[in-house]
Amino acid sequence: MKAPPFAYAKPGTLDEAFELLGHPGAKILAGGQSLIPSLNMRLSAPELLVDITGLPGLRGITLEQGVVRIGALTTHAEIERSGDVRKHVPLLAQAVPHIAHPAIRNRGTLGGSLALADPAAEYPACAVALNATIIVQGKGGERLVAAADFFKGLFETDLEEGEIVAGVEFPAIGKDEHSVFLELTRRQGDYAIIGLAAHWAGEKRFVYLGAGTKPVLARQAAKEKSLEEAKTALARELDPPADLYHSSKTKLHLAGVLLERAWNSLSKPH
Amino acid sequence: MGKAELPLHAPGTQVDRGYIGQSVPRANARRLLQGRGAFTDDLRFPRLAHVAFFRSPHAHARIKKLDFSQAIKGEGVIAVFDGPTVAQYCKPWVAVLAHLKGIKSPPQHAIAIERACWQGEAVAAVVAESRSQAEDAVQLIEAEWEPLPVVVDMEESLEGKNIIHPELGDNICFKREHDTGGVDEAFAGADVVVEDTFHFGRHTGVCLEGRAILADYNAAEHSLTVYQATQAPHMMQDIFSRHLGIPEANVRVISKDVGGSFGIKVHVYPDEMATAAISVILRRPVKFVADRLESFVSDIHAREHRVKIKLAVSKTGEILAFDLDDLTPIGPYSVYPRTSGIEGNQVVNLTGGPYRHQKYRAKMHVVFTNKNVACQYRAVGHPIAVALTEAIVDLAAQKLAIDPAEFRRKNLIADDAYPYTFPSGIKFERLSHHKCLDLLLKTMSYEKLREEQSRLRKKGIYRGIGLAAMIEVTNPSPAFYGVGGARISAQDGATLRLEPTGMLSVLCSVTEQGQGTEGIFAQIAASAVGVTMEKVRVMTGDTGVTPYGGGTWASRGAGIGGEAVLLAARALRSNMLDVAAAILKTDKAELDIKDNAVIGKLTLEKKLDLAELGRIAYFRPDTLPMDFQSELTVTRHYTPRQYGFTFTNGIQASLVEVDPDTGFVKLLKHWCAEDAGTLINPMLVDEQIRGGIVQGIGAALYEECLYSPEGQLLNGNMADYLVPMSGDMPDIVCAHMETPTRQSQLGAKGVGEAGTAGAPGAVMNAINDALLPLNARVTAMPFTPERILKALGKV
Amino acid sequence: MEQLVETTLTVNGARVSRRIPARQHLVDFLREDLGLTGSHVGCEHGVCGACTVRVDGEIVRGCLMLAVQANGCRVDTIEGISDSKEAARLQKAFHEKNALQCGFCTPGMLMTALDLTKKNSKATREEIRAHISGNYCRCTGYQSIVDAIEEVMQTEVPHGQG
Repeated sequence: MKAPPFAYAKPGTLDEAFELLGHPGAKILAGGQSLIPSLNMRLSAPELLVDITGLPGLRGITLEQGVVRIGALTTHAEIERSGDVRKHVPLLAQAVPHIAHPAIRNRGTLGGSLALADPAAEYPACAVALNATIIVQGKGGERLVAAADFFKGLFETDLEEGEIVAGVEFPAIGKDEHSVFLELTRRQGDYAIIGLAAHWAGEKRFVYLGAGTKPVLARQAAKEKSLEEAKTALARELDPPADLYHSSKTKLHLAGVLLERAWNSLSKPH
Repeated sequence: MGKAELPLHAPGTQVDRGYIGQSVPRANARRLLQGRGAFTDDLRFPRLAHVAFFRSPHAHARIKKLDFSQAIKGEGVIAVFDGPTVAQYCKPWVAVLAHLKGIKSPPQHAIAIERACWQGEAVAAVVAESRSQAEDAVQLIEAEWEPLPVVVDMEESLEGKNIIHPELGDNICFKREHDTGGVDEAFAGADVVVEDTFHFGRHTGVCLEGRAILADYNAAEHSLTVYQATQAPHMMQDIFSRHLGIPEANVRVISKDVGGSFGIKVHVYPDEMATAAISVILRRPVKFVADRLESFVSDIHAREHRVKIKLAVSKTGEILAFDLDDLTPIGPYSVYPRTSGIEGNQVVNLTGGPYRHQKYRAKMHVVFTNKNVACQYRAVGHPIAVALTEAIVDLAAQKLAIDPAEFRRKNLIADDAYPYTFPSGIKFERLSHHKCLDLLLKTMSYEKLREEQSRLRKKGIYRGIGLAAMIEVTNPSPAFYGVGGARISAQDGATLRLEPTGMLSVLCSVTEQGQGTEGIFAQIAASAVGVTMEKVRVMTGDTGVTPYGGGTWASRGAGIGGEAVLLAARALRSNMLDVAAAILKTDKAELDIKDNAVIGKLTLEKKLDLAELGRIAYFRPDTLPMDFQSELTVTRHYTPRQYGFTFTNGIQASLVEVDPDTGFVKLLKHWCAEDAGTLINPMLVDEQIRGGIVQGIGAALYEECLYSPEGQLLNGNMADYLVPMSGDMPDIVCAHMETPTRQSQLGAKGVGEAGTAGAPGAVMNAINDALLPLNARVTAMPFTPERILKALGKV
Repeated sequence: MEQLVETTLTVNGARVSRRIPARQHLVDFLREDLGLTGSHVGCEHGVCGACTVRVDGEIVRGCLMLAVQANGCRVDTIEGISDSKEAARLQKAFHEKNALQCGFCTPGMLMTALDLTKKNSKATREEIRAHISGNYCRCTGYQSIVDAIEEVMQTEVPHGQG
């Protein structure tokens, strides 16, 4: 399967990039690990690919005043290797090995994953669980969007035409806070059947991937005092879409299993 | 007869086996390790054109109109062809064989004419300077369709409300009934009757190298050279000749390196025939490589069955009778030339195979649907037959509270009962079921595993042990295809040539796709002639160079090709000794050949280097007696004759752990005790078994071609169709018995498909063994978490 | 109209300058334009791993990278790591354990295995299996591949070349 023809440009500055993104049929190319398969399979036919991997200021992992800032072009492999992420954003460190396989992780980027907003992706659920802030840049300048507000629907985000994700700010994990990331796949590296990014910082945040058109925050379940009550609440608030192999009922059941495992893990004395 | 002329399995004699039986690494792996192989897509030709196909998006529709006017203007486009045009150059085919009584199928064309019968069927071809340009132009083809009723469900197909080919009268491609008689009485008199219905998911081969063909027609000579990733180049030579109207000897088919085949690449594909025809039309080389998406909708599928099975057993656990009803849906055409009736036929032949009951009844229907075509895929029918048999046997064992291994021991055909004719009519030369069972149980420490299982159950950990005894068809005689009228050769030939420098060239008609054919031929040739391995070069896969033969299928390469090599090698050795005797002016009986030299048979003293023998024979025959002529090139052929099929036997075991919360299955370990006769290279045998087992695991846990009610394939890509990857596979322990066949000097039976034959049954039994205390049972493959959770009552 | 982009990269140590169609992926460029047919195409959607090559020292899917994106990069293919002997120990172990049959997955598998020997030279069998879990092999069932990689790990020299 060969991609259809398209034009290609690699801007050296943000201004150039925004200019190019103004063209009709322009699409952003970063790691390409999701875009290029869709091009090869002729599922999309953009007119112009704007390669943003040459733009300055979009890489790197920094820790400053309790905030870990990760540039949008940071690859999954870089996040996987980062001591700062392991120490200060352990939820991400737990999630990243689930992303596909090493060769994909060497190219795929944090920004790309968030901008695509695949409901089965790991980072969006982590970002929502951690109350991260997405840094968006466009012609009009920079704006900050809370992760919970950033993901709007199936492959739909708060990004306007011509805007890019520039980076993400994650709060560094506090002293008595705990995270656990769980995912169910039939084979290592597969897209998740269902996954759970759980964070406990006083109040619990349970965010599911693969349970809806975007990350699903299980608010009711998080409010309950006991695991049994939480599972009951979960059954009322979650309505996961079926996939090729799993009915909605099965996914709901599996969501309950993950809830139990995460609950027990977070409740253990640390 | 000297010691070198005795069969390798001659009892009571020390036959020097040389390299036979040694785990020698394969010489032809070296180039593959460096990326220096030559797969068909790697080849470069002047003026090479590329084909892409416009494939039907509908499962069943009349082609009302095809408009090529935009497509033909595409950049780099050379030509666009429809079915009627290609049909002028390529005759259609009908895939039926005389020995499958009543089998029927309509004619099939290289490119569909008037009607597309499955989603993915090629209805037009675009030829361009590059594949990209061809694909661009395919998108410019405009088509108008008239949708027709779609038949997807096998029961509905059998019922026949919508008949796909009205001229055939119904949707039945082939049906067969077999009845030994006395079955009803056996069931009536049985203490225990168990029955169940099993479903097997349709799946496909997923060879990593897509199907590939490069056809090069020379208009000046009316000759066609085809480079093709095929298992059977001579068969394809015959088919290109007859269907394209080119004299047989003007067609040459060359299989270079092939990236996996597993039966997928032994069939005739319309898009490949179209490619060859297009080369004739355009008078230039034309290449087609099936990409992954089109592979899923055009490579043959296999193994979709619904089988009802009943077992009659005495209260002491003796199997009395089997009764089965098998329904299997194929595509809209029987596949050429082997037909799509064989898989179902094998289920009838093989169910119950390891056991000594006498009564058997089977009913089988093969029905057409508007899904992709289906045909033989590694282990053809065995995975179904073995899984059914072993699952129903386990059910009976459970009902009678008899340990599954003991139950099998009571019923396996005795090791001294041979030759033996089985109730389905198949004949066994000599098997070793009991020895293999003993070997398996010992190798896996069966008792310890049962104790551990029992202990862990108390802790809420559910492990299962599943056994699967099996028989396997190998080394088939002409009874498989030839008797039905197919021009498929069951014999093979080997030419051995001593080169002037003392090297040995081996040309053989069996082909290589990675299983190690060329390696074992080198071992056999070197051993039988008396040279060392590095002196041997093997060539396969070229109809212009090798003797005529059948190629690779039905686990026949080692047993048939190997025997031809052995016979030729022994004959060459004899001729070499004639030359040596003439040179040395001694008696041939006093000489032998070892380690690249002629030696004294008794003294072991080196007398003549083979390089010197070669020099004299080829360049200085003037120094030899007047009436002497060296014959240092010898060809021999071999056909298995006494038995229709040379059956092997084996038994596998799977150890699993089932998570009752998620329905996930963890494969902890797998074992196989196998008897394939003389083992030429134990390492290659073990690796064939392991690869086959993992393929079978794919069927049991992961692989299924999912179709919508409209006949659309829903998961035709590598992300959605799940194949086994390393992270989820167990280690596999292999152990062997060796009961040689006496039909050949070599004594080798086949083994290429054994792993795949037994693994699905072993895994199914292991899962059900794990679920037993939870009163759950699964019978529909693949065993997805959902199916297991449903069985557990959790969803 | 096909857009051609001026691209310069280093392939197996040799500098290459070409005008490459924007849409051509890296492995097609290597195979078709440079004749380096050792890297294979198995799926073109990044799942099978047959196209695995090394770019700037890291393994990538050659089908998921546009050739023009390799501008300024150092690309190593199976031919390069064979000729430089970087892969020699792995190739020997693969050969002796028959960790390949048809050979189609082998170049990608060796690239990935070599990467592991550099990243985690004490990898356990589970870790080996995890690292190659994105490389599809239909022939071997994976065990011999794991055995071969494990053997190289266990006999690794301290300054470890794979």
